[in-house]
Amino acid sequence: MSTAPARVQLRCADDWFEVCERARLTPGRGIAALLPDGRQAALFLDREGRAYAIDNRDPFTGAAVLSRGLLGSRDGRPFVASPLLKQRFDLETGRCLDDDEVSVTVHPVRIA
Amino acid sequence: MPTPPNTALPPQPPHRRPAIVLVGHGMVGQRFLEAAVERGLAASHRIVVLCEEPRPAYDRVQLTSYFSGRTPDELSLTDRGFLDAHGIELYVDEPAESFDRAARTVTARSGRVFPYDTLVLATGSYPFVPPVPGKDATGCFVYRTIEDLLAIEEYAKKRATTGAVVGGGLLGLEAAGALRGLGLATHVVEFAPRLMPVQVDEGGGAALLRTITGMGLTVHTGTGTQEIVTGEDGAVSAMKLSDGGELATDLVVFSAGVRPRDQLARDHGLTVGERGGITVDEQCRTSDPDVYAIGECAQAVDGRVYGLVAPGYEMAQTAAAAIAADREARFTGADLSTKLKLLGVDVASFGDAHGTAEGCLDVVYSDSRSGTYKKLVMGAGGELLGGVLVGDAEAYGVLRPLTGTVPPLPPEQLVLPADAGAPVALGPESLPGSAVICSCHNVTKDAIQACATLPEVKKCTKAGTGCGSCVKVIGQLLPHSGDKGLCDCFAQTRQELYEIVRVLRITSFRALLDGHGREAARGGEGCEVCKPAVGSIIASLAPTIGAEGHVLDGEQAALQDTNDHFLANLQRNGSYSVVPRIPGGEITPEKLIVIGEVARDFGLYTKITGGQRIDLFGARVEQLPMIWTRLVDAGFESGHAYGKALRTVKSCVGQTWCRYGVQDSVRMAIDLELRYRGLRAPHKLKSAVSGCARECAEAQSKDFGVIATASGWNLYVGGNGGATPRHADLLSQDLDDAALVRLIDRFLMFYIRTADRLERTAAWLDRIDGGLDHVRDVVVHDSLGICAELEALMADHVTHYRDEWAATLDDPERLARFVSFVNAPGVPDPTVGFVPERDQIKPDLPLLSIGPRPLEGASR
Ligand code: SRM
Ligand SMILES: Cc1cc2nc3c(=O)[nH]c(=O)nc-3n(C[C@H](O)[C@H](O)[C@H](O)COP(=O)(O)OP(=O)(O)OC[C@H]3O[C@@H](n4cnc5c(N)ncnc54)[C@H](O)[C@@H]3O)c2cc1C
Ligand code: SF4
Ligand code: FES
Repeated sequence: MSTAPARVQLRCADDWFEVCERARLTPGRGIAALLPDGRQAALFLDREGRAYAIDNRDPFTGAAVLSRGLLGSRDGRPFVASPLLKQRFDLETGRCLDDDEVSVTVHPVRIA
Repeated sequence: MPTPPNTALPPQPPHRRPAIVLVGHGMVGQRFLEAAVERGLAASHRIVVLCEEPRPAYDRVQLTSYFSGRTPDELSLTDRGFLDAHGIELYVDEPAESFDRAARTVTARSGRVFPYDTLVLATGSYPFVPPVPGKDATGCFVYRTIEDLLAIEEYAKKRATTGAVVGGGLLGLEAAGALRGLGLATHVVEFAPRLMPVQVDEGGGAALLRTITGMGLTVHTGTGTQEIVTGEDGAVSAMKLSDGGELATDLVVFSAGVRPRDQLARDHGLTVGERGGITVDEQCRTSDPDVYAIGECAQAVDGRVYGLVAPGYEMAQTAAAAIAADREARFTGADLSTKLKLLGVDVASFGDAHGTAEGCLDVVYSDSRSGTYKKLVMGAGGELLGGVLVGDAEAYGVLRPLTGTVPPLPPEQLVLPADAGAPVALGPESLPGSAVICSCHNVTKDAIQACATLPEVKKCTKAGTGCGSCVKVIGQLLPHSGDKGLCDCFAQTRQELYEIVRVLRITSFRALLDGHGREAARGGEGCEVCKPAVGSIIASLAPTIGAEGHVLDGEQAALQDTNDHFLANLQRNGSYSVVPRIPGGEITPEKLIVIGEVARDFGLYTKITGGQRIDLFGARVEQLPMIWTRLVDAGFESGHAYGKALRTVKSCVGQTWCRYGVQDSVRMAIDLELRYRGLRAPHKLKSAVSGCARECAEAQSKDFGVIATASGWNLYVGGNGGATPRHADLLSQDLDDAALVRLIDRFLMFYIRTADRLERTAAWLDRIDGGLDHVRDVVVHDSLGICAELEALMADHVTHYRDEWAATLDDPERLARFVSFVNAPGVPDPTVGFVPERDQIKPDLPLLSIGPRPLEGASR
């Protein structure tokens, strides 16, 4: 009997959209996914194996690069720092930690 | 308040376990109990403690701190829970009065009789009171116990305005400090011609005298006490002195030395030394093999009676080991280092302070104005034997552990004050890991640095809980208060983390974070500051500590900034640039053509960089492996334009072609670039080699720059262009090829080891203590004795270097990362677009204003 490998799924238009096998994600790093509607999501795995997804577009530069930032945590909350100009975004809420006015969309994500 | 005897325990189990009776619950007695528990003796033996004082063991060394607010409870060394947990029976206010060696029993004052199999005497000493008339008058005290202190305090408050201490030794000065603290006009009467005659020499005594006098105490040296004069009420009113004078005083504290409390042993036929002290062998056994003696009551095999706590602790451990049938443990002697804790005066002596060794030499610095006196006793072979420090004992913590070794700096420099042209403050970093920092508890630097905070050190190693003189150095060895830490995750600086990683061979960020991070950050993810910094430390030490070598492997992959992660530089629109290495700026036409063809075939923007190489811009993530396949096939390697690593070694054309050239600068530049390529550092490293003094390669603006001379090479370090330009400093002259390379090896590794995160060599040189001269001492004169190690680290780097791009192309798993979308590997990122400009391309940018993150500039 073989078990199917764990997969990462994103909530997209009322449906769970399958992105990739969990094994494709490196803990502590992100990866980008193309969504059916043409938008991009940045997926992250923390060291405990929890997955997070936010919009891939860096609102400060307009470049689709958030998936390439470094994952970190502060007071136990995970964040990603943009690779371009280093602003940080909370992965659970999408709020920018360095600018109250800015935030990015959070996508529901699960590992099934 | 007295603690009642512990009656909760059954007095004697039916099958009698062998019994250990400890007589005396002072500092050493308590330490013996702890060692006995560690040795498992509490499980196998009944342990009985007879304590004469009305309270269990307390910190006698810190007695004087009572006057700065420490309560007797805070001075306690005894934890009820510890005694109860191990079934140790403690009888307070119950001295041993006699024992019967034939029947093997001890009789206490209350008449209770305790059988023993092993008897341990830890009765300490008593203060010696010279037999002067009137010595027992009201108002005369000694200074040994908490009870003494309470009595002095009460008397001073009620009826004294003036106090006199008989004895100007270590304890006498402490007592004098206490009297002064109680608000009394204080005199010190010392028979010897100087203060602290045991510890310091004449010069030290003179400096000490000035300081003590400066504190408002009156000192009478070379003066004996002849009689205590009493008033009508029988209380002290004055002292008659040997110089014929009379000193009016309301209170006298005798502190004229201590004598071992060996009476009980004498009474029962145990051998005692000529000048007192129960004689013991290396195992701390007395002349009766069932009786041990430890601490101040014992005379050790070297014929000494130690009046310090550290040797006593060692004896306690030795005796416990011997009782537990460990034949290895021995106590053969100890060092007599002391540091005076008296507020405001810095006095320390250590090792052979009086220079008694054959052929030794003194190095003395003395400044009578500031009351500073420092003497080091150096052995014939240049080793440090001991010393005396008065007025400025700053260096004590570092010098004492160096005793017995040849110090890393010449002795003259060790005694010069920091502002008198002493080039270096010798920091505790220079000590080897095995150096004993806390001599009271015999704790090494390594053991201390395994802890993160002072409370942790005290708890885990006991260091700093004895005389406290090591606490300052412990502080310097520990991560500094919040601000100095690398980030919110680590309280250590980059340099400290480097040492931890190197010494403990930590190969993973997680292990470092969970084991050495700030409490709140442990188990977390780290942050964008520490991850790359630690990634770089691990990478630069990889071959030496046995970590994964490739930056895309394992956990390393998660630590790197995006540039390192994709082995290319991220540009403003999410595309990447490609910089192949062109060592020394020399390139064949074939290779130039390959670069041109690659750029053309992938539609890349090309530019000659300021670093004598070519940058290809506008590559998409998924194009990088294809571009690099072409480049690697043509013999190119990664140029590390993305890494905090060696960038370029620029060259001028040099002797081969140039009419002025005196050396082959191109060859040297190529050699250097190939040697240091891939070397990860706190910041990027740049270099250049010029073929003559005209300096066409601009070597003096580089981290390490080389300029040819008629007879070799001059090496310049610490140059910088950029926002804060700095001209490089000359480190060494006229080096041959091998000497040049060796010196650069050392310089770079020393920088990597000690610089802060994102600190270029220029900033590092300006920051570190002693600046260029210190660096020269270390890397040229090997003042720290680490050059061989630095060279070995570099040799490791050189042998293990492998081109990151070639290694990446060889590995499908690493390659899998180079996609724009994990779920659509072939699809390019539609947001990355270009428009034409001057016959090439440029990014098609969304109309957005770019503002840097407010906290920290985008320094990369
Ligand atoms: C490409 C290049 C400009 C060019 O087109 O010529 C360049 C490009 C960048 N430089 Fe530079 N520097 C380039 C030569 C220089 C030089 C000249 C030199 O090396 O002789 C300097 C002054 C010399 C020096 O470093 O001391 C220079 C001083 C800087 C600095 C300021 C460093 C400083 O210590 O103040 C930065 C910012 C930083 O590193 O924090 C910087 C940062 C950068 C960054 C990494 C900025 C960034 O974060 O994106 C640029 C990356 C471009 C890319 O993606 O490839 N670049 N940069 C040059 C690449 C040289 C090479 O072949 O590797
Ligand atoms: C003010 C002061 C400052 C000091 N500063 C330093 C310093 O900076 N560095 C340093 O190394 N050392 C210092 N010392 C010395 C240090 O305190 C001693 O070396 C250490 O306490 C010795 O421990 P011990 O257990 O041998 O003796 P003690 O601590 O004196 O303990 C002996 C105990 O045995 C008890 N006892 C005696 N006879 C009997 C009996 N028959 N039955 C039961 N109990 C008995 C005594 O009452 C006492 O409680 C200082 C001492 C004083 C007083
Ligand atoms: S960092 Fe400044 S000077 Fe250097 S390449 Fe970029 S824009 Fe030019
Ligand atoms: S040296 Fe005495 S407590 Fe450390």
